[in-house]
Amino acid sequence: MAYQFSFEPVFANWGLLVQGAALTLVLTAVSAAVGLAVGILGAVSRQWRLPILCQVFTAYVECIRNTPFLVQLYFIYFSLPALGMRLNGWEASVLAMVLNLGAYSTEIIRAGVASVPRGLIEAAESLAMSRWQCLFHVVLRPALKNVWPALCSQIVIVMLGSSVCSQIAAEELTFEANLIQSRTFRAFEVYLVSTGMYLLLAVGVRRCLHFFGRHYICRGRA
Amino acid sequence: MISFTLWDMTRHLLVGAGWTIVLSVIAFVFGGAMGLAVLCVRISANPRLQRFGMAYIEFFQDTPLLMQFFLIFFGLALFGVDISPLFAAMLGLTLFTSAYLAEIWRGCVESLPKGQWEASACLAMSRWEQLRHVILPQALRIAVPPTVGFSVQVVKGTAVASIIGFVEITKTGTMIANATFRPLTVYALVALGYFLMCYPLSVAARRVERRLHAAGRR
Repeated sequence: MAYQFSFEPVFANWGLLVQGAALTLVLTAVSAAVGLAVGILGAVSRQWRLPILCQVFTAYVECIRNTPFLVQLYFIYFSLPALGMRLNGWEASVLAMVLNLGAYSTEIIRAGVASVPRGLIEAAESLAMSRWQCLFHVVLRPALKNVWPALCSQIVIVMLGSSVCSQIAAEELTFEANLIQSRTFRAFEVYLVSTGMYLLLAVGVRRCLHFFGRHYICRGRA
Repeated sequence: MISFTLWDMTRHLLVGAGWTIVLSVIAFVFGGAMGLAVLCVRISANPRLQRFGMAYIEFFQDTPLLMQFFLIFFGLALFGVDISPLFAAMLGLTLFTSAYLAEIWRGCVESLPKGQWEASACLAMSRWEQLRHVILPQALRIAVPPTVGFSVQVVKGTAVASIIGFVEITKTGTMIANATFRPLTVYALVALGYFLMCYPLSVAARRVERRLHAAGRR
C-alpha cells in the first residue's frame, strides 16, 4: 500500500472541527430540552387518554417512528416551503430533531408513567393533592427516574443522527468535516478524526446526562 | 420536455423501494450472523475477548452511521479496492446491525437466571454446549420481539446510504424532486413508502411481544 497518511491538513483546520462539534452540542441541547417537554406532554395525554390530544399524539408517534430521520429532515427543509413555511438549515434541523426526539421520548416516558402504581396516585388524591401536584410529584418524578437511562440513550442517538443534518447545510461537525475534506482531499483522515470526536461527544454527553439525572431527578428518594 | 405524472413518480420510487428492501434484507441477514459471532465474543469466558467485544459494540453505537459509511467508503479506497456505494452500504449496515443485535441478544442472555449456567455446568457441559443446548434456545425466545423491532431501525438506516450515493428510495426521491420541482409530493410519497415498509414490522414486534408476555405469565 503506497498511501501516506497525513493528518496535518486536518489538524491545521482544527478550529472548524471544534466549531462544528460545538454546534452539534447546541443542536442536541436545544432539541433535548424541547423534545423532552413534547415527550412529557405526549406521554401524559396518551396515558390519561385526553380527548383529541391522545389521538394526535398516537398518529404523530407512529409517523415519526416509522420513517427515517433523513426523510423527515428533507421533508421539513425541501417540502414545507411549498406550504409557505421557509426554514433555514439550522431551524429545519432543530425542528426535525425536536419532532424525532419528541416521538421517541413520548413512548419512553409513557412506559415510565405506566409503571407508577395506581395506589400511589390514589394515596396522593386522598392527601388532597391537586391534580397538578399529583402529576408532578407522584407521577412524573418517579416515572422520569425510572426511564432516565433510556432517555439518555435516546438523546445520544439523536445527537449521532444529527450528522445527516450536514446534508441540508446545517454547519455541524459532519458539515465541517465535509468542508475540510473537499479542501484538502484527505477524506479518510478527516473522517477518522471526526468519528473520534463523535465518540468523545457521545461518551461525554452520556456521562453528563447521567450526572444530571443522579443529582436532579433521582435525588433523595428511597 | 418530459412531464412526470404521479404514476411516473410512484413507479420510479417503487424501484428505489425495491433496493431499500434488498439492502435491508442483506444487512439484516449478514448482520444477524455476524451479531451472533460478536455475541459469542462478548460473553466469552476470556476477559480480553470480552473487552474486545465491548469495544466493538461501543464503537458502532457511539459513532454516527454516516461516519461509518464514510470511513468504509473512503477507507477501503485507500487499499486500492474500488468499491461501489452498494457494497459500502452493505458492509457498513452489516457491521452496524451486528453491533446492535449483539447488544440486544446479550441483554436476553443475561436476563436468564444464573442457575441455568450452573446447572448445565454441573452436567459437565462445555461452554459451547451450554450455549448451544441450554442458553441460546431460551434466549432466542425472549429475543424475538426486540430483534423484530430492531429491523425497523435497519430499514431506516438504509436511508443514510443515499448520502454516499446508493440509489434507493430516498435518493430516487431527491432526484425526482430536483427534476420536477415538486418536493412536497415526492417526499410525502417517500415517507409513505418507508411507513408502509416499517409499520408492519412495528406492529409485528408489538404483537409478538404481547404474545410472549401472555405466555410467560404465571
